[in-house]
Amino acid sequence: MSFINLKDKVVQVKIVYYGPGRCGKTTNLEYINRTYRKQILSEMVSLKTHGDRTLFFDFLPFDMGQIKGYDIKIQLYTVPGQVKYNATRKLVLRGVDGIVFVADAMEKQREKNIRSLNQLHENLQTYKESIFKIPLVMQYNKVDLKEHGIPILPIAVLQKDLNSRLQVPYFEASAITGYNVAATLKKIISSTVVSIQKKLL
Amino acid sequence: MNYGIVSQEQLEQIDSILSDKLIKLGVDCVIIIDMAGNIITARDNGTSKYDVYSFAALAAGNFATVDAMAKLVGEQEFSLLFHKGQESNIHFSKIDDELLLISMFGKDISLGFLRLNVVDVIEKIRKVWDKR
Repeated sequence: MSFINLKDKVVQVKIVYYGPGRCGKTTNLEYINRTYRKQILSEMVSLKTHGDRTLFFDFLPFDMGQIKGYDIKIQLYTVPGQVKYNATRKLVLRGVDGIVFVADAMEKQREKNIRSLNQLHENLQTYKESIFKIPLVMQYNKVDLKEHGIPILPIAVLQKDLNSRLQVPYFEASAITGYNVAATLKKIISSTVVSIQKKLL
Repeated sequence: MNYGIVSQEQLEQIDSILSDKLIKLGVDCVIIIDMAGNIITARDNGTSKYDVYSFAALAAGNFATVDAMAKLVGEQEFSLLFHKGQESNIHFSKIDDELLLISMFGKDISLGFLRLNVVDVIEKIRKVWDKR
């Protein structure tokens, strides 16, 4: 649930990057942080382990300008991807408005993507949210690895595995080079803002 | 997580409670957040500048973690938290299941005095909040 402050005319929107371990959620946020420095007023917050893995979450607040006189403040979060941290993933999902599911396009990660998406479905249910209703965008990350000879799942397979029932917008992307990172972000922001508007009308 | 929209009037009432009861006392900054990490309102004494948005995200995470720890030792909840530093301190107190009151204050205020006032503030805020 986004919070709308009628007095200061501010809308706070929570968007969570979700996906299996090492799929590139933090890399997405790091790229956004570097590229849109001007719109980001504060430092990116990362709670990580000594091994540089996300322990709790990354947090990046982001000013999107105004819609109908209201300041839109986008709050980007990532969850920890490692299997053992599901309790923490659930905590981060509390009050979520929109989700980017980052899937790892490497062939050997196929099963992990599916498991992670299933768990997202379950985790949302604990908050009485539905994966079929919440604004969601799929990002098939690491497509650049194909050039380095690493086997990548074809988009048709990823779509069939992850998006055949959900039918949400999807992007091939490479978070490390920035390919389609902005496109994914724009899409999830617009879907989320539209869904908040609908709830209010 | 759906508590709807808070009216401008309610926010103004909450703001004036915070200013009268805590900022006047010498507290540097007071924030009310929800458990998702959104800021409901923030007040400061005009001299201290904190990055309240990052603060809210971390505080919500922090409180959620402590809540989970409480359950592990068989407690319903730990309703307040206190972090002490050399120059500044942070006091967290639960208003209800959705809201958290965070006060940041220096070494000139005693913890006991702050706690007394926080209890009073929370009671007053609950009354305003329940009128939604």
